Amino acid sequence: MIRKEFNAIVIGGGPAGLAAALSLRNNGIDNILLTEREDALGGILLQCIHNGFGLHRFKEELTGPEYAERYIDLVNETNISTMVNTCAVDIIDNGDSKTVILMSEKEGLVQAEAKVVILAMGCRERNRGNIAIPGSRPAGVMTAGLAQKLVNRFGYMPGREIVVLGSGDIGLIMARRMTWEGARVKAVVELQSYPGGLNRNIVQCLNDFNIPLYLSHTVTNIKGNSRITEVDIAPIDEYREPLKKEQFTLKCDSLLLSVGLIPENELSLKIGVELDKVTSGPLVDDNLMTNIPGVFACGNVLHVHDLVDYVSEESEICGKAASKYIMNLLEKAEEIPVKPGNLVRYVLPSKAETGKENLISLRSMAPAENVTLYVKSGDEILYKKKHRKVFPSEMQRIPLKKLPENCSQLDVYFE
Amino acid sequence: MKKNLICISCPLGCSLDVIYEPNKIISVDGATCKRGKAYAEKEIFNPERVVTSTVKIKGASIDLLPVKTDTTVGKCLMKKVMEEVFRIEVKAPVKVGEVICKNIAGTGANLVATRSLEAN
Ligand SMILES: Cc1cc2nc3c(=O)[nH]c(=O)nc-3n(C[C@H](O)[C@H](O)[C@H](O)COP(=O)(O)OP(=O)(O)OC[C@H]3O[C@@H](n4cnc5c(N)ncnc54)[C@H](O)[C@@H]3O)c2cc1C
Ligand code: SF4
Repeated sequence: MIRKEFNAIVIGGGPAGLAAALSLRNNGIDNILLTEREDALGGILLQCIHNGFGLHRFKEELTGPEYAERYIDLVNETNISTMVNTCAVDIIDNGDSKTVILMSEKEGLVQAEAKVVILAMGCRERNRGNIAIPGSRPAGVMTAGLAQKLVNRFGYMPGREIVVLGSGDIGLIMARRMTWEGARVKAVVELQSYPGGLNRNIVQCLNDFNIPLYLSHTVTNIKGNSRITEVDIAPIDEYREPLKKEQFTLKCDSLLLSVGLIPENELSLKIGVELDKVTSGPLVDDNLMTNIPGVFACGNVLHVHDLVDYVSEESEICGKAASKYIMNLLEKAEEIPVKPGNLVRYVLPSKAETGKENLISLRSMAPAENVTLYVKSGDEILYKKKHRKVFPSEMQRIPLKKLPENCSQLDVYFE
Repeated sequence: MKKNLICISCPLGCSLDVIYEPNKIISVDGATCKRGKAYAEKEIFNPERVVTSTVKIKGASIDLLPVKTDTTVGKCLMKKVMEEVFRIEVKAPVKVGEVICKNIAGTGANLVATRSLEAN
């Protein structure tokens, strides 16, 4: 096995890995490895050919591949080593250093050592197994992201008459894409009483094409022998039981599932990284360091982001903290817990440092109107912002000023 | 007249309350930035969208090149643009931003590449 040594290894070449590697470099670190299992850097952005990326970062509206290329160009201008077609298969903690086992198409098995490992593996889609729909097991049932890859990267249309289950952004984007490609999208079916994806995607992907969105509905049966031919759809009651009397049937040759994303953490578990039950991503401190010193995480592997701009920003913070760790400059101030309260599904990080500025991300539990978001330490209000509307699909970001030394806990909640 | 719109100019998706007359916007409430008002004006009188798609490419490591229109085109012209997109085939190498088709379907917008692909 080939052996290599680095100061830092970044696993995953999507926007998170790209920005983390660049940030390490810009903060004075040399000898960095960025590894990606696909044949090109860019991550999920390469198949997101629609626009809507980069408005915060670059002040212009870019498509996914354009956004990725800007970062890839910046990485290529540095001496960061990149390996594509190279999958990280294991990580081992040796205390002061970590070993990453890589399987590379070109170099075979590689044993790479580094002081720091940054996890940037992104997320994967929930599939039929995760949501259990009754019925037969015909061809034509696939995740929306797989359909996106087939259409946008390989030019292959998965079907002509489509039903989408779940109103996540990928499903919405694919409803439009398949319509443009000449398919008929008959319905988007959503279990919740509100859409899972961004409002802008409801407007420009469904409303623009008069595609019906059935909220509080679900697919109750999948029919077909070798290929899917029909689905049964029914509204649900308050206990999420389908109302069989109002059930209807739609003919289709494909069912696309857009029922959520899960951070991809098999690798993180191998080295003993502790995961958060709500986000399914690693538990991290305000330096985005996991419970294992020297192992950091950023991007969708940490928690699912809807805005790539925030992924880049978070990953820069991560890279900067990791560079300090490498130089033994990562000072630990007093850490205090950050607790999610009313209407808050999760907060990240789960710990903040006193005497420092902190950036907190959160999502709401359900849609709400005319609410105020508070961050309090005891009775002291540290942050307060009115929101006309909040949606679980929109991540909120709170930049906190330097925390007073006497804080003992932060409470984050809506009222 | 009154209308509630969702600004699609960025993923924040502000909810806009628009009051307007047949040829003039009176007020726009709810926008976080000034693009919201411009969007409302367009959306009420002449809705436009950017079209993103792929065209066939020969001689690159992959068979599809992602493309977009470099400005928005009238919503009713999207279909005509797509019909033209289906017919286009290009040869590698291509640089991001390169014009693939000038004034596509007579919309005034150019179709441009959104990824660089080298010849192999
Ligand atoms: C369909 C869709 C539409 C979106 N639309 C928008 C939008 O309009 N606007 C916007 O701002 N954001 C959008 N986003 C969000 C944004 O694209 C993501 O949040 C962002 O790409 C996440 O970046 P990442 O680097 O964490 O993950 P990814 O982009 O998924 O990158 C992770 C990379 O890690 C690699 N990897 C995984 N495991 C290993 C391993 N073991 N070894 C080596 N490599 C590995 C993967 O191959 C992948 O390339 C969208 C996302 C999706 C999925
Ligand atoms: S008004 Fe501004 S911030 Fe709000 S959605 Fe439109 S562009 Fe985004």
